[in-house]
Amino acid sequence: MPLFWLRVALTLYTVGLLYALASFWGGRKVLTLITIPAVGLGMVLHFVALVENAMLSGAWTPSSMHGLESLLAFLLMVFFFVIYTRYRATSPGLAVFPLVFVLTLSAAFGSTKSGPYSPLFVSAQWVYVHVALIFIGYCALLFSFIASVLYLMQERTLKAKSTRGVWSRLPALATMDDIAYRCLIWGFPFMTLGLISGSIVGEARLGLAYFADPKILLSILTWVLYLVVLYTRWSAGWRGRRAAYLASAAFATAMLAWAANNLSHTHRFIAP
Amino acid sequence: MNFQVIGVNHNSAPLEVRERLAVTEQQLPDAIRSLVKQPGVDEGMVLSTCNRVEVVTSTKQGADLRSFLRSYFGVSADALQSHIYEFEQRDAVRHVFRVASSLDSMVVGEPQILGQIKEAYAVARGMGAINSALEALLSRAFAVAKRVRSETAIGSSSVSIASVAVELAEKIFGSLEDKTVYLVGAGKMAELAARHLIAHGAKNIIISNRTYERAVELADTFGGQAVPYDRLYETADNADIVLTSTGAPEPIFRREHGERMLSRRKNRPMFFIDIAVPRNVDPAVNRLDGMFVYDIDDLQSVAANNSAERKKEAERAEKIIELEVDRFASRMKSLAVVPTILSLQEYCETIRQAEIDRIRGKLGSITPEQEAAIEAMTRGIINKLLHTPITTLKSSTAHPEAETIHEMIRRIFNLDSGKSNR
Repeated sequence: MPLFWLRVALTLYTVGLLYALASFWGGRKVLTLITIPAVGLGMVLHFVALVENAMLSGAWTPSSMHGLESLLAFLLMVFFFVIYTRYRATSPGLAVFPLVFVLTLSAAFGSTKSGPYSPLFVSAQWVYVHVALIFIGYCALLFSFIASVLYLMQERTLKAKSTRGVWSRLPALATMDDIAYRCLIWGFPFMTLGLISGSIVGEARLGLAYFADPKILLSILTWVLYLVVLYTRWSAGWRGRRAAYLASAAFATAMLAWAANNLSHTHRFIAP
Repeated sequence: MNFQVIGVNHNSAPLEVRERLAVTEQQLPDAIRSLVKQPGVDEGMVLSTCNRVEVVTSTKQGADLRSFLRSYFGVSADALQSHIYEFEQRDAVRHVFRVASSLDSMVVGEPQILGQIKEAYAVARGMGAINSALEALLSRAFAVAKRVRSETAIGSSSVSIASVAVELAEKIFGSLEDKTVYLVGAGKMAELAARHLIAHGAKNIIISNRTYERAVELADTFGGQAVPYDRLYETADNADIVLTSTGAPEPIFRREHGERMLSRRKNRPMFFIDIAVPRNVDPAVNRLDGMFVYDIDDLQSVAANNSAERKKEAERAEKIIELEVDRFASRMKSLAVVPTILSLQEYCETIRQAEIDRIRGKLGSITPEQEAAIEAMTRGIINKLLHTPITTLKSSTAHPEAETIHEMIRRIFNLDSGKSNR
C-alpha cells in the first residue's frame, strides 16, 4: 500500500487536530487561518493516496482494514467540506478532525498486511459499492449526531444566558438544526441501499441464516434507529436534546455494528 | 517634521460646542483649503463626525492651530479653551491611531469611525492637501486599526440592550429574514426594540395591545398586523420572536402556554424578549426545550458582560497601539535624516564642481584619460570624507540623542543657510 501521500495528508490533518484541541483553550488565531487550507490540501492528497492505492492493487477495493479506515476518513473530510461550503461552519471540525486524524494515523502507520477475502462475496467491486454506500450513511449519521450535539451545547449556552466560553462561538441554532436534518435526509438512502446491497448477496449465499448474525442484526437496528430519528424529526420536529439522544443511540449502534466485524461469522470478509 | 492635532470629541466637549465646530460634507473642501493656507501648515485634513471634530496636520516648525479654529469657525478661543485638546508628535500619532482603531469612540469598538476617517482622508488627498507625511501617518493608522480589529475582540460584542436582543435572536435563528416578531404591548421601548429587529431583517410584525387602537397605530407604522388582545394565545405560536412589554401584574406566558405553542409549532424554537417589569413571561418557560426567555436583567447582564469584555480588549488594543507608535516614530526618524544626507551630498558636490572649474584653466590641455582621473580622484575624496557622517546619521535614529547628532551635522556643514558662505 503506497503510504507516502497518505502520510503527508496525515501531517496536514494534524493542523486540524491542533485546531480542535486549541479551541478548548480559547482558540488560536493562526490555527483558525491555516486550518481550512491545510486540511483541504490534506483531503486532496488523501484522494491521491486512495487512487494510487486502487491503481496499484488493480481494483477499487479496500485491501485491508486500514484501507477501510482510510476511505472512511476521506469521506468524513468530504462531508466536512460539503457542509463547510454550504454553511461556513467549522465547528463540526471540533469532533471530525480528531476522528479523521486517528483513522488516518491508523491507516498510515498500521500493519500493511492485507487479508484474504471471504469467499462470501461475488466480486471485490461489489464489496466496494456496498462499503462505500454504508460509509456514506455512517458519515451522514455522524455529522447529524455532531450537529445535534453542537445544537445542544448552543441551546444550553443560550439558556444559561452566558455569552462566553467555547460554545458561545458556535453557529446559530438554526444552522445546526439544518445541518443535522439535511445530513439525515441525504444519508438515509445511502444507508438503505448499502444494507440492501449487502443483504442481497448475503441472502443469496447463506439464506436466512445470514440475518441471524450479530453484525447484520446490529446493522438493521442501526437502520431502524436511523429511521426513528428521521421520523421524529419530520413529524414532531424533535431537535436539540431528544434528537441528540436518538442520534447518539443510532450512532452507538452503528459503532457496535462496525466493531462486530470480529464477532461475525458471515461478515468477516477480511481476515483479522 | 511635526504632526499636530487639534480637536474636540464627545468627552471633551458638549454637543453645543461640537455643533459649532462641525464641518458638513459640502464645507469640507473649503475648510481644508483654509487649513493648508494657515502659516506653518504643510499638510492637513479635517475629520468631522457627530462625536468629534479633528484637525490633523503636518508642520515643519509647528503651527498655531488654535488660531485656525478661531479664524475659520469664528468662535473665540476662550469659549473653547476647556473643550479643546491638542497633541503633537508622538502624542498626535497615538491619538490618530486610537481614533482610527475606535478606542476613542463613545461606544468603544464601533466600526463606523474607520470609514469616516478614510472618507476625510480621501477628500483631503483628492485636494492635494495630503503628501508624504500625512500619507505615511494615515496609511499606518488604517493598518493599525485593522490589526487591532483582527487581534482583539474589541468590535465583536453588543453593548446595548436592543443590539444584544438582536444578537441573541441571530444566535437562535441565524438570519432574521422571514422571521415573525410578535409585540405584546406597544410601548415606546417595544417600538424601539422592534425597529432594531426590523433593521436586521425581520419582516412580519404582529402587534397585540390592551388598547387595540394603539396596536393598530403601531401596526401601520411598521406595516404589520394588529391582533385584538383576547386572541393573543391563539395567535402567539405564529411568532418566532415574542417581545413582551405590558404592565400585566402576573406573567402572561406560563409553562403550559409554552408547551402548547411548542407542540403547535412542531418544536421550532421561540425567543421571548421580556422587557416588562414585573415580568410577562414566567422564567419556567425557559426550561422548555426550544424556548428561550431573556428578561430585562438577562439582557442587561449580557450587555454589561460585553462591555467588560470590551474594556479588557481595549487594554490589549492600547498595548498594540503603543508598539505601533514606537515603530512609526522610529520609521519617521529614519526618514527625517534623508533630506540631510541629500543636501550633504549636494553641498560637497557643488564644492567639488567649483574646485574643478577653478583648476581647469590652470591645467591647460589635458587628455580625456587625465580628465577622468581627476574626476575619479575628487569623487573618491568626497565619498571617503562623507562616509562617516552619513553612516552616523543613518545609525543615529535609534540613538537617544539622534536629534542632537542630526542638528550637529547640519551645523558643521552649514546646511541650513543655503548656498552662501563658501
